[in-house]
Amino acid sequence: MENNLLRYSNKALPKRINAAGFILMISGFSFGIIAYFYDAQRALQNYLIMYLFLISIGVGSLFLIALEYIVNAEWSVPIRRIIEFLASLIPYLIVLALPLLIKLNIIFEWTHIAVVRDDKVLFDKSPYLNITFFVVRAVVFLLIWNLFYWLITRNSLKQDTSGDQALTKRNIKLSAVFIPCFAITITFTAIDWLMSLEPHWFSTIFGIYFFSGTIVAALSAVTLIVVLLKENNYLHPKIIDDHLYSLGALLFGFVNFWGYIAFAQYLLIWYADVPEENFWFMHRWQNGWWIVSLLLIITHFVVPYIVLLSQPAKMDHKKLKFSAALLLCAHILDLFWIVMPSSQNSSFSISWIDFVFPVAGIGIVILAFSYKAKRENLLPVGDPKLERGLNFHL
Amino acid sequence: MNNNPLFAVAAVYDNPDKIISAVTKIANSGYRKFDVNTPYPLHGMDGAMKLKSSKLGFITLFFGLMGAATALLLAWWTLSVDYPLIIGGKPFFALPAFIPVTFELTVLLATVSTVICMLTFFFRFPANSYPIHDTQYMKDVSGDKFGVYVEAADSRFDLTELTILFNETGAVRIDQIYLPAKEVYPLFQPKFLWFLFSVFVITSIITYFSLNKLMYMEPFDWMADQQKQSVQKMSAFYSDEFGMRTPVKGTVARGFIPYKYLGQAVPADTMKNPLPPTSSVLELGKKKFLTFCSPCHGNFADGDSRLRGQFVNPPSLHTNRARTMTDGFIYHIITNGQNAMPSYSSQVTREERWSIINYLRVLQKAKNASDADLKMAKKESVSDGK
Ligand code: HEC
Repeated sequence: MENNLLRYSNKALPKRINAAGFILMISGFSFGIIAYFYDAQRALQNYLIMYLFLISIGVGSLFLIALEYIVNAEWSVPIRRIIEFLASLIPYLIVLALPLLIKLNIIFEWTHIAVVRDDKVLFDKSPYLNITFFVVRAVVFLLIWNLFYWLITRNSLKQDTSGDQALTKRNIKLSAVFIPCFAITITFTAIDWLMSLEPHWFSTIFGIYFFSGTIVAALSAVTLIVVLLKENNYLHPKIIDDHLYSLGALLFGFVNFWGYIAFAQYLLIWYADVPEENFWFMHRWQNGWWIVSLLLIITHFVVPYIVLLSQPAKMDHKKLKFSAALLLCAHILDLFWIVMPSSQNSSFSISWIDFVFPVAGIGIVILAFSYKAKRENLLPVGDPKLERGLNFHL
Repeated sequence: MNNNPLFAVAAVYDNPDKIISAVTKIANSGYRKFDVNTPYPLHGMDGAMKLKSSKLGFITLFFGLMGAATALLLAWWTLSVDYPLIIGGKPFFALPAFIPVTFELTVLLATVSTVICMLTFFFRFPANSYPIHDTQYMKDVSGDKFGVYVEAADSRFDLTELTILFNETGAVRIDQIYLPAKEVYPLFQPKFLWFLFSVFVITSIITYFSLNKLMYMEPFDWMADQQKQSVQKMSAFYSDEFGMRTPVKGTVARGFIPYKYLGQAVPADTMKNPLPPTSSVLELGKKKFLTFCSPCHGNFADGDSRLRGQFVNPPSLHTNRARTMTDGFIYHIITNGQNAMPSYSSQVTREERWSIINYLRVLQKAKNASDADLKMAKKESVSDGK
């Protein structure tokens, strides 16, 4: 058993993965800089999409870790390191936020004092929506995420050598504190970075809407990586289809959750049909945007729902890979659908700029992941629940 | 000791690993009719038992789709086809509004049918007893033991082989379970009747209490007792204490055109009958005349009232006066009333009034037909008969 564990705990990923991540990131960003001088607004909007995509995967993964601790799950222990590696995006989020924080005025209407002065609604919202408070919130949230990321993963890593069970208990307590913090920070992140793009609009369900997308994205990333690693024999042989089934079932559940929340938001606004609210959906239907709206429903809900519905599908490697990859794209599309129509009189169009930043984002995810995978055990060998997690059967 | 046929042989284990290995062996030996009872679900048991994945999911899927289809069809038929209503300015087929109902019905039908089908097809409801009930085996597995039993009905059944297998795998108890003697219960046992009776009494009391008492208590009476003006009730708000207010002067009801010559003995202007005497108009006129005018004026407007002197008899409408009246004047009499005859403006609509007048003209013509008219009518009916 011990030998077996060690053999699978630190198998190095091939070098080319690291290289691929590097190339994707560098090429993405260099084209991104060109894009900035070509069309600053579009470039920055796309940068925002990439940034939020990374928040979704990084912070969403940290939430999944906390979830494992707080419900005392066993099945996910053998794959927890994969989730931790994804959560290692969180420290980079600080640096990545800088371009946005410096150039807030390019995409956020409420940063222009002249506009706010003449607009009663924006003026009344200005105690909340002003640059200083916005930056303070962004920084505080980043610090909270980093703090918990650092504490939780440090305990988990320490356990590899010490095997101390008290560390698990400590992480359970940390998770219990983190989850409410996560709920609040992710809600306000959605309000700040996404809802305030159209500052006249408001929707009380918007935080949960972003949260549902966040979890779908994080789970998809985890599922995709687990299936790929398993197919290439990087995982312990005792990580079997039953583990994949649990991931598939969670993914299916959260796809439904996203659909439910997205529809709940739409239904009430459609029903009441008052001008203060409905313009947001009008912007996402008129001027050709209806194509994106329909595509979003199809890729983010209909197709993954049908593909993952049956029981065997939830452990079918091909179907899992397909729906996880599709849902990652759908989450980018979701962000695109929220961000892009917000700029004044924009009709739907696609430009090369829209592809540059997602490429860079994916590069960053790969880099962060392989950086950690090189240095840390792929199995949490000291975790007291590992044995039971490996013996997990449905 | 026991004369009843053998039902099964059962073994009890005291640890989950042992039972999984025992079950694996049983399944590998080719047994099919066996089952496992454990105090909690054991991971890996499905695989050890070689269970195929359940067919129950298809039932859920089928009824879920039925639920969705039913809800959508119902909403579509009632709200878009049969009784289209404009609600909130939405289209008649307002899909987003139908989705919650569709969702609910899908879930409802899927879950309820799953439970019902599971009970009837998979658990063989209403069979409410099973030979392994009421045995020491059942008591053990309801506590801290893990049990497996193989039915004697299995084609591979071999008591000695099984006993050896159970012993080898470390069973702590091996039982032979016999079919219980058939028991027949009369349907109308006093206990059952008492049960029915008490259900009846309790339901009645609860229903009576909730409908007649509870509804009028705080806080359940909130709906009945509201801070609003009810119809035909006094109002403390207005100085004249009338709850129902007279509309502002000059208010006109929707779709209502006020009659200009109200109260005049003879209308100041002559009105033309807008309706030609077509058969459908006469048909309508006849119907309304018989309903509203004939009680006083008689079925043929002869003034032979059916009211037996309870009301002044009206004059015949075949008099010269009535025959030479303009349509407009008769319309005025119906709308405004004349002396003892009350106004019929609230009972018959404008079109109906003009139709009645057309019919009245037919009656008058029939009573006073000249020979030439009769010949004419005969000619027409002959040519009609061809
Ligand atoms: C409640 C009994 C009653 C009913 C019902 C009634 N009437 Fe009359 N009607 C009278 C009486 C009584 C008079 C005589 C009024 C008078 O003295 O001028 C009269 C008079 C008339 C006259 C005028 C006759 C004349 O020579 O001045 C006409 C025309 C007439 N009714 C038509 C109708 C029509 C059409 C209806 C059906 C809509 C109708 N009435 C229903 C009681 C009735």
